[in-house]
Amino acid sequence: MSRPPRAQRARLAALPLDDAPHGGSFAAAAGAPLRPAALEIFQINLGKLCNMTCRHCHVDAGPDKTVENMDARTVDACLAALDKTSAGTVDLTGGAPELNANFRRLVDECGKRGKRVIDRCNLTVLLLEREKDLAGFLADRGVEIAASLPHPRRRATDAQRGDGTWEKSLRALRLLNERGYGRGAAGKVLTLISNPVGAFLPGDQGSLEREWKTALAGEGVSFDRLLCIANMPIARYLDWLEESGNLAEYMRLLLDAYNPGTLDGLMCRDTLSVSWNGALYDCDFNQMLELPAAVPGMTIFDFDPARWADRDIVTARHCYGCAAGSGSSCGGQLA
Amino acid sequence: MSNHEHYYDKAHLKGFGDIGKGAPRLAEKFFDYYSEVFKAGALTVREKSLIALAVAHAVQCPYCIDAYSADALKQGSDLEQMTEAVHVACAIRGGASLVHGMQMKEHAEKASM
Repeated sequence: MSRPPRAQRARLAALPLDDAPHGGSFAAAAGAPLRPAALEIFQINLGKLCNMTCRHCHVDAGPDKTVENMDARTVDACLAALDKTSAGTVDLTGGAPELNANFRRLVDECGKRGKRVIDRCNLTVLLLEREKDLAGFLADRGVEIAASLPHPRRRATDAQRGDGTWEKSLRALRLLNERGYGRGAAGKVLTLISNPVGAFLPGDQGSLEREWKTALAGEGVSFDRLLCIANMPIARYLDWLEESGNLAEYMRLLLDAYNPGTLDGLMCRDTLSVSWNGALYDCDFNQMLELPAAVPGMTIFDFDPARWADRDIVTARHCYGCAAGSGSSCGGQLA
Repeated sequence: MSNHEHYYDKAHLKGFGDIGKGAPRLAEKFFDYYSEVFKAGALTVREKSLIALAVAHAVQCPYCIDAYSADALKQGSDLEQMTEAVHVACAIRGGASLVHGMQMKEHAEKASM
């Protein structure tokens, strides 16, 4: 289990970066407070329950996280709030969001509202006995699948996500291909999400996508697109950086690669992030660091779109992770 | 700035751009060329990075080994691929020595009874 969010924030803030540009202050680097754009992505974190325990997980999710999961009442509140917005996309994440008892109802309700629904899927969940109809459920409803796969080869994939994950992930991907996913059809979009397996930034997304398509075709797997996402220095990844002696160097790497051209596209600008208990955040990373959005007292139960649109976005040092190099967001590279 | 106690200093890599101080126009041309070389073309960015890693070992440049170990990972290679690249460098270096043995062989055979 990772250290508490407050201790994570303190650890990052205490890193000696006074000699770095802007003293290592993201707010100073950005110049002015980040302000929201039109809300497009309504991201719901259904909780921390997961069938996996990945080494880089920023959620600190796992099979033992049976309490911090969204209940039916909070799901209803999410839907009521969604109806007050013009957000076109509902992004379901976790943990493994599919393991939440309310997942399928939520997907159906979003479908009724004509929303594009994204399921952030760890792939192996599709192979669980209790979830054997899940791939069909998702396919029948045209849910877009954003599936985690760090690398197109076994070694790195298993190093990050656990032994045997590579084989299971390929089996799950073939299952999705059989259901029509990953073959260019509009209602069956299969996106792969890659996080670097170590203390470095992602490479060129377009170039990697071309290589991955060739490599995975050799495994009998096809997919539509690859998104490369940087690892944020929080939670388990922060622990690993520290234990491996990479923390200071990784933060320097992020600071050196700071790219102001990413600011306009940062996901926090067009995203609402709801936690399992209905609290509101600017992004999933702020959620895990317990840095609430600057709308004091407001939760999903009394969501006011006008207040949401008129806030300053909360930032801290981890935000360099989204603004480094080509940038990083739930939608991949930015610049 | 190095204190000149060592021939190699890790800080040199980060400060490499300063080499332009003595001959800015040449440095500009070199770095423009360098960045163009590593863009995707007939080879992918990852393949070029692996070649650079192998060459770094062949020329035994610690700066390049540092830079391209990091870059090869970033561009999507893994330890197995990177190690095989170094073996390619090793095989060519070793082979280059051994194939010169053909010259030695000719000299020796000509001069020997």
